[in-house]
Amino acid sequence: MSKQDWPLFEIFIRAKSGLSHRHVGSLHASDADMAMDNARDLYTRRGEGVSIWAVESSAIVASDPAESSALFEPAEDKIYRHPTFYDVPEGVENL
Amino acid sequence: MYTQGLDQKGDDGKLPVEDAAQAKLFQDRVDREEKVEPKDWMPAAYRKTLIRQISQHAHSEIVGMLPEGNWITRAPTLRRKAILLAKVQDEAGHGLYLYSAAETLGVSRDDLVDQLLTGKAKYSSIFNYPTLNWADIGAIGWLVDGAAVMNQIPLCRCSYGPYARAMVRVCREESFHQRQGFDILVKMCAGTPDQKRMAQDALNRWWWPSLMMFGPNDANSSHSAQSMKWKIKRISNDDLRQKFVDVTVPQADHLGIKVPDPELAWNEETQHYEFGAIDWSEFKQVLAGNGPCNKERLHARQSAHENGDWVRQAAVEYAKKQMRRNEQAA
Repeated sequence: MSKQDWPLFEIFIRAKSGLSHRHVGSLHASDADMAMDNARDLYTRRGEGVSIWAVESSAIVASDPAESSALFEPAEDKIYRHPTFYDVPEGVENL
Repeated sequence: MYTQGLDQKGDDGKLPVEDAAQAKLFQDRVDREEKVEPKDWMPAAYRKTLIRQISQHAHSEIVGMLPEGNWITRAPTLRRKAILLAKVQDEAGHGLYLYSAAETLGVSRDDLVDQLLTGKAKYSSIFNYPTLNWADIGAIGWLVDGAAVMNQIPLCRCSYGPYARAMVRVCREESFHQRQGFDILVKMCAGTPDQKRMAQDALNRWWWPSLMMFGPNDANSSHSAQSMKWKIKRISNDDLRQKFVDVTVPQADHLGIKVPDPELAWNEETQHYEFGAIDWSEFKQVLAGNGPCNKERLHARQSAHENGDWVRQAAVEYAKKQMRRNEQAA
C-alpha cells in the first residue's frame, strides 16, 4: 500500500464574530482546499465556528521549551509592569 | 469510542537509560498537575505508552464505525438514519482527533494506519461482535458509548495536553451517542412484545462484552500502576467498571429489561451492585483475533484503504498540478 505523506495543517476556528481564531487541532490534506473542506467536516459539525484558518504546520515557527526560561523569566521580575505594583494613596479615586 | 486496558507487552527493557534527574523533574511536573506538551522532555516509556494508547484509541474509533455503519441503510426511519449517520461521522472525527494527538509524539499517520491494516495494532475488543438487528444499534449507543464516556471522562485530565484536549472534544460529542442509543431502546421497549424481546436479546449479547471494555481486573493489569503515576490513567479498571454497573442497572430497570447476570445484586452496605465474574477467556480470544468478526472488520478496513488508493493518488497529483500552475503564473 502506497504511503501518502500528505502535509499536516493546523486548524484555527473563530467561534463567533468578535473573538479571535483559536487553535482546535490538526489534520492531513493533499492541498489547502482539501484542508479547508476537511476542517469544516472535522471541527465544525456542531456550529463551532464562523471562520476557519488552515496553516501548514511546517510554516509555523515555535519557541523551544528548552529555552523557555531564557525567553520568559526576564518578564517575571518586572512586576512594576502590573498596575497592582503601585500603592494608590487613600482617598484617591479613578486611578 | 474508547480505549481499554489492552495488554501492553513488557518491552520496557529495551528503552534507553535516562537521566534520573530529568526523570525526577518530569515526575514533579506531573505531580504538580502541569500538562506535558509535545516538545517538552518526556521519558521514552511515557512517550511509548501514550503512542500505543492513543493510537489504539484512534483505531477503535475507526473500526467502531463498522458495526453501526452496517445499519445506516437499514435504519427504520429517515430520522433514525440521519441520527445514525451523524453518530458514525462523529466516530470518524474522534479517530482523526486522536491520530493527530498521537502524531504530536513523533509517529506518522501512515505508520499508524499501516499498523492497523497489517493487524499489528490492537483496537477495542467490543467491535469484533456483530450487529444482528436494530436493537443492537440501541445497545451499542447505550452500553458501549456509555462505557466509553465513563472511561474517557477521566482522560480529559490526562497529563499529556494534546490527548486531554482531544478527549474534551470527544466527550462533548459522546453524550449524544449514548442518549440516541437509549432513545432507540426506550422506543422498542414501549413497542410490541417482539420489539421488547429484541431489546432484551441485544442487552443479553452486549452486556458482558461492554464490561470487558474496561480491561483486565486491576490485579492483572500490570501497566496500570505506572500509567496512574504518570497521570495518564486516573481511575482503575475495576473502579470504572463498578461505576458503570452502578449507573447502568437502574437504566435497564427503567427500560424493563434484565441484565443477564444471575449474581447481580444490590449491596446496601457498600451502596454498590455486586456482579458475577467476567469470562476473561472470551476477552483473550477476541483480543487474540478469534472473536466473531475480527477478520471481517480488518478486511473491511483493508479493502476501504485499497479502494481509496486511486483517490488519494489523484488528490496528490492534482495538488502538484495546481502548485505548478501557481508557479507558472507567478
